Amino acid sequence: MPPSKAVAAIADEAPGGARLDGTPASIQGWGGGGRTPVTLVRARAADDLDAALASWRDSPGAGAVARGMGRSYGDAAQLTGGLVLDTSALKHFDVDPIGGTVTAEAGATIGELLSVVVPAGWMVPVVPGTQHVTVGGAIAADIHGKNHGRAGTFGTHVEALGLLTSGGELLELEPGRDRERFSATTGGMGLSGVILWARIRLLAVSGALLSVDTDRVADLEGALSALAAPGGEYRVAWLDLLGGGSGRGIVTRARHVDLPAGAETARGRAGAVARATVPARWPAGLLRPATVRAFNELRFRIAPHRERGRLEAIGAHMFPLDVLDAWPRLYGPRGLVQYQLVVPAGQEHALHSVLDRLHRSRVPCYLAVLKDFGAANEAPLSFPLRGWTLALDMPRAAPGLGELLDGFDELVAGVGGRVYLAKDSHLRPATLAAMYPRLGEWRRVRDELDPDGLWRSDLGVRTGLIPPRPQ
Amino acid sequence: MSANAGTRVLLVGGTSEIGLAIVRRLGMREPVRAVLMGRDPAALAAAADALEREHHAAAVSVQPLDAAQLSAHESAVADAFERFEGFDLVVLAIGVLGAQAGLDADPAQAAEVMRVNFVDTGSLLLELLRRLRAQRHGTLVVLSSVAAERARAGNAVYGAAKAGLDALAQGLADATAATGIRVLVVRPGFVRGRMTAGLKPAPMATTPDAVADATVRALDTRAHTVWVPGRLRFVFALLRHLPRPIYRRLPL
Repeated sequence: MPPSKAVAAIADEAPGGARLDGTPASIQGWGGGGRTPVTLVRARAADDLDAALASWRDSPGAGAVARGMGRSYGDAAQLTGGLVLDTSALKHFDVDPIGGTVTAEAGATIGELLSVVVPAGWMVPVVPGTQHVTVGGAIAADIHGKNHGRAGTFGTHVEALGLLTSGGELLELEPGRDRERFSATTGGMGLSGVILWARIRLLAVSGALLSVDTDRVADLEGALSALAAPGGEYRVAWLDLLGGGSGRGIVTRARHVDLPAGAETARGRAGAVARATVPARWPAGLLRPATVRAFNELRFRIAPHRERGRLEAIGAHMFPLDVLDAWPRLYGPRGLVQYQLVVPAGQEHALHSVLDRLHRSRVPCYLAVLKDFGAANEAPLSFPLRGWTLALDMPRAAPGLGELLDGFDELVAGVGGRVYLAKDSHLRPATLAAMYPRLGEWRRVRDELDPDGLWRSDLGVRTGLIPPRPQ
Repeated sequence: MSANAGTRVLLVGGTSEIGLAIVRRLGMREPVRAVLMGRDPAALAAAADALEREHHAAAVSVQPLDAAQLSAHESAVADAFERFEGFDLVVLAIGVLGAQAGLDADPAQAAEVMRVNFVDTGSLLLELLRRLRAQRHGTLVVLSSVAAERARAGNAVYGAAKAGLDALAQGLADATAATGIRVLVVRPGFVRGRMTAGLKPAPMATTPDAVADATVRALDTRAHTVWVPGRLRFVFALLRHLPRPIYRRLPL
């Protein structure tokens, strides 16, 4: 049951007051960096969205895009000079504890879902590295988790979703019935319409605890083989790229544990609780190679060489960064760029080349995360494909970053890989087409859904996902 | 799988043949979660892999420990007990044999044998017992040697060091008995294995598996000392009281 039944029908009676015309605001991506002026509408109910669009649709040069918690690192959920529909207050959701599904409005976050479904014996089957992403964002970016090899992407587990089209129509899309439009929306970066709600299949679990295996590795080769070792389905490697360039790291493999009824369930938390926040005026320059190198050294030393079966709460294991609110502020006012790439299995040499180039450049990489991916799905813009994904966090202000990323783009595209649009701040149209060969297919479906080209975003314009504004 | 099921075993000296044999033997009869502590991470990881592969223990973890660094004993043992939330059984299996020479031993090597077998191991023994006492339950197995009962001319250095450790373990066992902590001292004879490779086996030589077998059987009893093979108990009961002029002439 969709939480909002008939947006279009109610739209006519919607109170078209000043608040729905939106207010001027300046917003930025999660990675920080420049703010951009937009007109912001904070929807209190799904009906508000259509009311806001009704007055905006006819203004010349209008464009609009939905925004959730603003966790995209780059410019995916903003449109300079355009209308931004903030759906983060649309949080209602219903759990079907027998059938194992949750039907959630777009603004419900993964953390909010987990806090309810885990105690009921269910797990959101795909969770990203932060619990603060919305259901709408998770579908639009077709996010993946540490368990991609087993579970695929978030979109794989969506049974149905509600999409508000540019014409004000509410479509209920199911993957079986509306394959093309559904697949254009999962991974569609919000450019096929506004996702209003979704019904998500859950995974049965017996508690909030994971059994975690840990191995220290000496280099990239060690990390690749530890990620491929048998063990838990949640697999990830943290690499220390400041400690001499060898790429030493820590690999964890985790799985859900079956607990005897009533045992130890109180120990595990489904979510992560923020214990501190980074103040808004954090001084730039404290996050320097020397300080991060010291931190990495400590992190590496306290990690066990090899540990098996350590029990950890889902929240603590999945969302380690969530304990520090607003952590990108550590990077100072210019913020950070996260560059996430995937290269197909068999092209591991490209990972070596990336690390090698990074090492030779003067760009410091403060956080590097490596994971294995399973097979790609059928959504044309979905990021994962079978192989290896590497995410690199670098200060946006680092000299030479642009040239370095240009080189990475070329290298990654050359081996049949791609970069993740949800994190992107850099990609150009020519490389986009090379990385996402099914772009034309996606554009055709998108244009059918949005013939007037209402849905636009800074990401879409910059990368050429959507054509330049007609006329 | 079920979480945290099984006897939690800490093996200090994580690549010790006898120590690993004890973990294996225990794992044959009950679920075991083991932590191997030692200096060489690669060797420890290989030992852990083998235990898991042979299904003798589930969830085998590895913790770093440099036994030669006395000042680090307290924190290393504390880290292990905290990280793994305590242990039911601790096996102290650190030791070196050295060249089996008495008076003619290389001085540096003789000092090393005494340091490792008594000072390093003794310091760990104290630290481990303190931790067991704090958690109010658990058993500590200390690998001693029959040489501790009466050293011979040929192994005086090794025997004396082991005698020191053996005496320390027995004394502390009596000190902690009232708190429910048990100390089991294991005194093997000549053990054929890596440590004695190239040496001519002494009479009544045994194997790491036999030592492990006897140790695990002794855990079920109230024994505080176990000899392997068991006959050595009576042999040494006799040897201990032999007059020195006779003892020193024995072809041991």
